Amino acid sequence: MSAPPSRPSTRISPWALWVPLIVFLGFLVLVIHGLSRPGSTEVESTMIGKPLPAFTLPPAAGDRPGLSTYDFADEKPRLLNIFASWCVPCAIEAPQLQALSDEGHEVVGVAIRDRREHVAAFLVKHGNPFARIGKDDVSAVQLAIGSSGVPESFVIDGTGVIRYQHIGVIRAEDLPLIREKMREARQ
Amino acid sequence: MRVLVALLALLVAVPALAQDSLPRAPYAYRQLDDPEQEARAQALMETLRCLKCQSQSIADSDAPMAGDMRSQVRQRILAGEEPEEIRAWLVERYGDYVSYAPRLTGLTWPLFAMPLVLLVVVGLLLRRRLRRGDGK
Repeated sequence: MSAPPSRPSTRISPWALWVPLIVFLGFLVLVIHGLSRPGSTEVESTMIGKPLPAFTLPPAAGDRPGLSTYDFADEKPRLLNIFASWCVPCAIEAPQLQALSDEGHEVVGVAIRDRREHVAAFLVKHGNPFARIGKDDVSAVQLAIGSSGVPESFVIDGTGVIRYQHIGVIRAEDLPLIREKMREARQ
Repeated sequence: MRVLVALLALLVAVPALAQDSLPRAPYAYRQLDDPEQEARAQALMETLRCLKCQSQSIADSDAPMAGDMRSQVRQRILAGEEPEEIRAWLVERYGDYVSYAPRLTGLTWPLFAMPLVLLVVVGLLLRRRLRRGDGK
C-alpha cells in the first residue's frame, strides 16, 4: 500500500477510499479459509432421533434370518450395519464388527444389491458378526434411513429410534466411540 | 474365417464385472408407460442429487444407487404421489443437500433478498446523480 494520496478533490470521505480494499481483504480471508478446509463429501442422515422406517427384508444368507423393523422392538440396542459383498472397505471393518459382536453387542446387517451366494462367500471369508441379515436389492432401506453408501452403521436404541450414524469403515480407533453410543442407546 | 471367429467371440463375450451383479431396480432404466407421468418423474429426477456422484443429478448418473433412486421416484409417481411429496420425503432423510431446487428458508433468504436490495440501492444512487445533473 502506497502513501495516502494528496487530498482528493472529490467530496468522498478519506475513509471511504479504503472500503473496496477492506471488502477485498475480507473476500480473500473467506477464500483462504474455504480452501484450507475443503468441504466434506459425506452426506449425513437427517433421520437421527427419528424412529426407524418400517421395512421387511428377506434373509440374505443361508443360516441367518432376514431383518424387519419389528426385530428392533425388544428394548435391546443394535448396531445396524449397511454393507455389501462387493464393497471392499466392508471387508476392512469386519474384524471390528466381530469384536463388537463378541462383546455382546447385537450387530444386524443389511446387504445392498447383493446375491445370496456372494454374501455367503463374503461371510465365510471375513467372518459373520451378524445376528440377522436382510437383503435389500433396490437400496430401499438405505434410502429410507438416509444412508448414501456402504459401509455405514447406525446405532438403533431399544425403542427402534435411530441414535447415531457412522459413515464409512468402523476402524479400530472408532470402536470406543461406537461402544459409547451403544451404551447411551441402552438407557 | 477370421471374421467368423470375431463374431463368435462377440457372442460369448460377457460384460465387464460390474460393481454389483444384480439386475437393476425395475424402473432404473425403464420409463413409465404414461408419458405425462414420465415427464413429471423426469423433471423431478433432474433436480435430485446423486448421493454417490454429488455433482450429478440422479437422471444423469449411472451409479447403481442413482438407479435405485430413479426407480423409487418412478414407482412413487406411478403410485400417485406428487413430485414435491417425493422430494420432501428425500429431504427428510438427507437434508436440503439432496435437492437442487432452491428453497426459501431462514438460511437462504439473503440470497433472494440481496438482488432486490442492490436494485433499490442502484435506483437511489442513479436518482441522486441524475437529479444533480438536472440542477446544473
